[in-house]
Amino acid sequence: MATTQTIEFKDTAGRAGSGYVAFDTPAPDTEGQGELMALNMGPSHPSTHGVLRLLVEMDGETITRAIPDLGYLHRGDEKIAENMTYNQFVPYTDRLDYLAPLANNVAYALAVEKLLGIHDSLPARCQYIRVICCELARISAHLLGLGAFAMDVGAMTVFLHTFTEREKIYNFCEWLTGARFTTSYTRIGGVTRDLPAGWAAKVGKFCDEVLATLDDVERLLTRNRIFVDRTREVGVIPKAMAVDYGLTGPNLRGSGVDYDVRKASPYLCYKDLEFDVPVGHVGDCYDRYLVRMEEMRQSVRILRQALARIPGGPENPGHEPVQVADGKVFLPPKSKVMSSMEELIHQFMLVTQGINAPPGEVYFGAENPKGELGFYICSRGGGTPHRLKIRAPSFVNLGVLPAVLPGHLMSDVVSILGSIDFVMGEADR
Amino acid sequence: MPTPIELAQKLRESFADVVGEPAEFRGEVTLVIADASRITDVCRHAKGQLGFDMLLDLCSVDNDGTDPRWTVVYELFGIGHGCHLRLKANVSEESSELPTVSDVWRTADWHEREAWDMMGIRFSGHPDLRRILMWDGYPYHPLRKDFPLAGKPTELPEVAFTRTAPLEGGPFVTVPSTADSTLREPRSRTPEA
Repeated sequence: MATTQTIEFKDTAGRAGSGYVAFDTPAPDTEGQGELMALNMGPSHPSTHGVLRLLVEMDGETITRAIPDLGYLHRGDEKIAENMTYNQFVPYTDRLDYLAPLANNVAYALAVEKLLGIHDSLPARCQYIRVICCELARISAHLLGLGAFAMDVGAMTVFLHTFTEREKIYNFCEWLTGARFTTSYTRIGGVTRDLPAGWAAKVGKFCDEVLATLDDVERLLTRNRIFVDRTREVGVIPKAMAVDYGLTGPNLRGSGVDYDVRKASPYLCYKDLEFDVPVGHVGDCYDRYLVRMEEMRQSVRILRQALARIPGGPENPGHEPVQVADGKVFLPPKSKVMSSMEELIHQFMLVTQGINAPPGEVYFGAENPKGELGFYICSRGGGTPHRLKIRAPSFVNLGVLPAVLPGHLMSDVVSILGSIDFVMGEADR
Repeated sequence: MPTPIELAQKLRESFADVVGEPAEFRGEVTLVIADASRITDVCRHAKGQLGFDMLLDLCSVDNDGTDPRWTVVYELFGIGHGCHLRLKANVSEESSELPTVSDVWRTADWHEREAWDMMGIRFSGHPDLRRILMWDGYPYHPLRKDFPLAGKPTELPEVAFTRTAPLEGGPFVTVPSTADSTLREPRSRTPEA
């Protein structure tokens, strides 16, 4: 006997009418508008780059209201951090902005080191290695952001070019840290291991190659009529609005505010390195694109200087340290643990209790590819933080959407989302 | 260029009755606001008169077991002078409420929603105080110290689960039974069978 079964297509992503404030209240000033339509975009949508959900209310094809809905990737990282030692949390930072894990590792390590009061006295080689990591991460994140942005607005080829370069960065990550994606490279007080032999020379070669690719991309996009039409004067964020909404990173600079943490409150060895901070003029999607393009070139500039000046040289024949010498912060070498009582005690204490941090509270913000990644750590002493708050740049940057989107066409949403360049792993934590 | 400590002193002069002595740790200046209900005035003054045009972060701390239970931490920054300043306001568990600063800095909107969602601190005057990371209707505030790390069982909204697609027994699907595989295959069955 044949049976008929009805397949119900539930409102799988949406939760229309389930208590969401969505659009049960009429939009203010509906004068002159046609019948309004509510449209759900995401959480699985190719241009939301993850799991962002947007509820948009439209008059014809023009957006009248937009409500971002996030939390689909919420993992409770801050709760997790309260329940483990400082070093144990390093792998979790990989998974914040998972397009630039190296930069997250560095930002987190510096925050804890600030709490310990050793962030200014890190070994010089460690600082240079971290800067190299940060800038590689920046190039990697911007290449992906740029490729995905271009693809969203219809330029498929760019993605293929930028991913070829990103692949090389992944190879460098693997060579340096053992993992391509989840690097967990830093430890509190240093980095896990020194640069491998031959690594620095290959990165130097990569600098030339990526510049050539950027020139190619520039030729494909910067004067491309379609790209320019879809990004110029679209998604304009004026200066005052960008500051009011707390935007940071390329999004803030695209709006013409000259603020870069690396210049404003330099950390690591950034004050010894020469680079420029590109700043936009209009604050539209096109400016944000240009800012990111130039930032990558500046990152290459930083990389070249850092590689040339790194204390101990690329191969480090003189064994310059890459971690602090304090046995109460950084694990001693295994050979010493096996032969010396003091090191054995340090190892035991660090592994079982964690680093004994003083009571106090610090906030440390680092210039990450997406903006200022800040860690607020409230310590009551001991090996675990009492409270660790992650100021995720993507979370803050997304907050501007309800103000920017209204008045734009539906197709502009894709440009705006691409140009804001967010990562949900970081926004939802 | 003013230093953070100078700016903190200036803020203290204007609000001598509520702003405490500035504390310095690792080069960061912290001011405790004695009366949390004045936080909006203090913040508006800090933004308007002292150039703290950016709220970098807003965070809540659970001092479980001590009174007042909540501390709300404001991380201020001025792009013009490049100084950071931290303001802290204590809120008791009974009231669990303090005024919003989202009309001073718009970015506070989402931060305050997060503090409400994660810790259950209400911000009076907030335009849209809904949960932001957890789903609407979630009964707990998971970042409280008394909330277990393993979580608590809750009813999930229906959207979190989808039943398996009812293809079983359809015309193109093998029927589950102990019969011979040739009999279970769709080809061997007529559409009516």
